[in-house]
Amino acid sequence: MTAPLDVSGEETKATPEAVLSGVGGPKAIQGRSLGQIAWMRLKKDKVALTGAGVVIFLVLVAIFAPLIVSWFGHPPNEFHQEMIDTMTMRPKGGSGISGDFLFGVEPQNGRDLFSRVVYGARISLLIAFFATLISVLIGTVMGVVAGYFGGWVDTIISRLMDIFLAFPILVFALALVGVLGQFETQLGVKGDSLRILLLIFVIGFFNWGYIARIIRGQTLSLREREFVDAARSLGARGPYILFREILPNLIAPILIYATLLVPANVLFEAALSFLGVGIQPPTATWGAMLSAATKYYTVPHFMIFPGMAIFITVLAFNLFGDGLRDALDPKSSR
Amino acid sequence: MVTYIIRRLIGALLMLAVVSMVTFSIFFVVPRLAGVTATDFANRYVGRAATQETVVAVANKLGLNDPVVVQYARWIKGIFVGAEYDYGAGVEHCPAPCFGYSFVTKNPVWPDLVDRMPVTLSLAAGASIIWLLAGVAVGVLSALKRGSIFDRTAMVIALSGVSLPPFFTGLIALSLFSYGLRITAPGGAYTPLTENPAEWAYSLILPWLTLAFLNAAAYARLTRAGMLETMGEDYIRTARAKGLRESTVITKHGLRAALTPIVTIFGLDVGILLGGAILTENVFSLPGLGKYATQAISTQDLPKIMGFTMLAAFFIVMANLIVDLLYAVVDPRVRLT
Repeated sequence: MTAPLDVSGEETKATPEAVLSGVGGPKAIQGRSLGQIAWMRLKKDKVALTGAGVVIFLVLVAIFAPLIVSWFGHPPNEFHQEMIDTMTMRPKGGSGISGDFLFGVEPQNGRDLFSRVVYGARISLLIAFFATLISVLIGTVMGVVAGYFGGWVDTIISRLMDIFLAFPILVFALALVGVLGQFETQLGVKGDSLRILLLIFVIGFFNWGYIARIIRGQTLSLREREFVDAARSLGARGPYILFREILPNLIAPILIYATLLVPANVLFEAALSFLGVGIQPPTATWGAMLSAATKYYTVPHFMIFPGMAIFITVLAFNLFGDGLRDALDPKSSR
Repeated sequence: MVTYIIRRLIGALLMLAVVSMVTFSIFFVVPRLAGVTATDFANRYVGRAATQETVVAVANKLGLNDPVVVQYARWIKGIFVGAEYDYGAGVEHCPAPCFGYSFVTKNPVWPDLVDRMPVTLSLAAGASIIWLLAGVAVGVLSALKRGSIFDRTAMVIALSGVSLPPFFTGLIALSLFSYGLRITAPGGAYTPLTENPAEWAYSLILPWLTLAFLNAAAYARLTRAGMLETMGEDYIRTARAKGLRESTVITKHGLRAALTPIVTIFGLDVGILLGGAILTENVFSLPGLGKYATQAISTQDLPKIMGFTMLAAFFIVMANLIVDLLYAVVDPRVRLT
């Protein structure tokens, strides 16, 4: 026999403050939003913060490229033949690095490498950001629709995702940019702006599959959660549930995968430029500079500066993205 | 099991059909939408010095004015049964699989592709073995010695590895080892395996390492994550409790489960590589499929590009199919779906 439950006593209240006061000072319990918790975790992650710092720095460099170049460099397309040894076509003194030319000069025409790397950041980040935006928009809409509505809608969108994920993306992008780039008159846009638009569109369009798959999975599990049932039982309809109940819960994965897609797109753009279908010369891009460097193995600084620019950019975004994932979604494993 | 295989086969065929449509659209429909006319296309086939009448005649003869569906069907038919071409100098027969004739060299595309394949195969085979072994080994060791100096160094290198484009690492490697130290073959050197195996390996060692480094880094990260997860599972504790040796626990119980996703990704990566390691081949000027494709794109040689794209897609779809089927063998849960 167990003793009868004593219900006569006073109702005991949970007083977690009492526990806390035993441990430390008399701190009141505070309610914290998920965002605050994530921010606290992120603040402790030095590596991620460094990544974020570098990202901000790069964005500032891209935005203020003309100003920076006017202070520390020479116009990016200005030839400095006087810096070039006319016999070997290489910079005088090996690289031409000096207080005047911080990263030295290009072989053959002596353009200021520092200015070209700085201007390269503009093209690289511009294309990577907007391409990511397109992928995220398409991916989120497709993923949410597939996950929420299910049935034949889900089947069709999922097959479409599989197809996009299995495509030889680089090949198609190469072909598409190459083909469309030939039709300047018919498309009504010219030169750099045509190429930038094309690259943004092509890179963005081929990369939505991965995000869509993740968003679909998340939506599938969110749809079955109690708070969605609760909203539905209160009379909420499809659009309300989608935009007010499900979408806010998807912000974390969207943010994480968008951050991780940016470096992938930086690499993609650099690859296309390296292969000669990106932005055309004389506009400076990192990929095209590396492509030009293939002819000058004995001029290492010519490949190292643009290469390191790509590396630092991609690494910074990857570090920040990984940190963001750990902060927003600690359960997920790396 | 049989229905699963049949479903995957149908899926693969469907995928190829879609890829062929997309390829065809990129080259024939998208430019049309952008305002390119049939005679613009015909111009590419006849070369520069043709009169207006010949161009129009060729456009008609090649059926460039036909509805898009008819043109697509004709292209597909060429791939399966071959095609007859008449450019005015008599009828030429192009045997199946016919991807047409190059605009530039006037050679049929398919034999060219077959010629280039051994180079790409050599590159892909060597590199994939290196990166699989290195990546998995480093990943396992890192996971077992989590937090150690080895783990931290390896993961920093791996993170750098996935952030370094192969056209940068390849260039640096060439500059350093081939032109600086002169211990490896210069760019553009390639000796077929059948001619001289030692020379073959010598000419490919840098491309292999460059390509392998990129993927090894990604695989090390994946293997480490997988191993950390499986080694925390209950059945690992059970295996240890049974008194199994630690090496058996790691290899038979831990690694086996952690490797399944790696094998999947490996299959897909090799499939993509077989379709041309475009960047690596360009850095090292290797005469493989990838180099062929970029040359074709820079000269706007449509039949070559289309042939290459279909071949690359074919490899990817086949790799997908093989991985799906293998997965069903390895992982019994898959058979239910």
